[in-house]
Amino acid sequence: MSAPYPARPSRPVVAFLALALLAAILLLDALRAPPVDLFAAPPPVALGSGVAPGGAHCSGG
Amino acid sequence: MTRTRAGLVLFALALAAYAFVAAGARAGLLVLVGLGFGLVLEGLRFGFAGPWRTIVTDRDGRGLIAQFLAIGLTAAAAFPLLAAAPDELFGAHAPVGLAMIAGAFVFGATMQLVMGCGSGTLVNAGSGNLVGLVALAGFIGGSFLGTLHLNWWTGLGALPVITFQGLWGAHAGLWITLALLAALGALVALRAAPGKRMPPRRLWIAAALLAALALANLVIAGQPWGIVYGLGLWGAKLAETGGADLAATAFWSAPGNAERLGASILTDVTSLTNIGLLAGAFIAMRWKADPGAQTTNLTAASWLAVLAAALVMGYSARLAFGCNVGAFFSGISTGSLHGWVWMVAAFGGSWMGIRLRPILLRPAAPAAERVPA
Repeated sequence: MSAPYPARPSRPVVAFLALALLAAILLLDALRAPPVDLFAAPPPVALGSGVAPGGAHCSGG
Repeated sequence: MTRTRAGLVLFALALAAYAFVAAGARAGLLVLVGLGFGLVLEGLRFGFAGPWRTIVTDRDGRGLIAQFLAIGLTAAAAFPLLAAAPDELFGAHAPVGLAMIAGAFVFGATMQLVMGCGSGTLVNAGSGNLVGLVALAGFIGGSFLGTLHLNWWTGLGALPVITFQGLWGAHAGLWITLALLAALGALVALRAAPGKRMPPRRLWIAAALLAALALANLVIAGQPWGIVYGLGLWGAKLAETGGADLAATAFWSAPGNAERLGASILTDVTSLTNIGLLAGAFIAMRWKADPGAQTTNLTAASWLAVLAAALVMGYSARLAFGCNVGAFFSGISTGSLHGWVWMVAAFGGSWMGIRLRPILLRPAAPAAERVPA
């Protein structure tokens, strides 16, 4: 037998909540992390830059 | 509708411009790539977990064949690129090990319980799927917790990193990769029911666009498309905000990871594409006149099962050196043996997860409503 059927938020409402979660993470990070030094930012495109990537990837240990 | 769509275009441009101004041109470009991923995955309904289920339940191989096509197209350009610029571009290369195999198996099972894989969870949350939002929270927590124990798990036993390029060279390695993908596609076509073999036009387009975006990711970031690292980093940053000291942990004290943890999220390439992906899925959902119905409601116990499964999914993705994107898609398309082993182990887990679904996920709705695809 099924349990009672409470109302659910619509897709746009849930999507806004997901964006709010993302915005909260970015805001908390902006408050704690130092601002990015744009003069030390990597070249726009890695290929041809002569610079090795940072290596922070899912396949790294 | 026109005003809504104009607003969505402005939102996308503003997001990319924010990353560009705050963290440089590369950050802005990677947010645009991420937006592209989100638009393609949600707009053209290209998924990973769904086709792994429908080949088993409905003998529908169309989505799975489209996945092999996307991976093959990516590999066809990624192999030569990696060979031409070995100091600037890295593949998604990781070791095969006991924890990696177990992690992939568990990931495969849990992705069927949360109704989405790594990219699918971001797409689902961004497009307003309530299960996806709950799963995203669990996935962030799990992928962070996985980083805390990764060294212990990998210490259980692992081979050195093995790549197809290392075994056979870039040229032959690529042809072997393409031949294996073609053989798998043929196997799926044989298994699939008549009328469920040839992908529809939208999946051909999606596969080509995904390959183009994955290659753009590789060329811009210097490394392949990934999901899990960024989510683990978000979890680590939230843990630090809550007072956790991660400096003593093996993973977060490693030079590259410590640098990411101490810097802005906008300097992490995987986070940038994750941000764009979630926003792109949102835009694709809002672009439609009808955003669609919310997923079936579940019992309280089933919601807890979704959260727990997502937590385990994030944890296992970390042990498996990636999810369906970082290990399966990017691993195989850049020649890593671990991508192939991941696929076999995760498919076994997915088979088990399909059987667990009706046991753990019980709809609270009347029987007429079904658990969504």
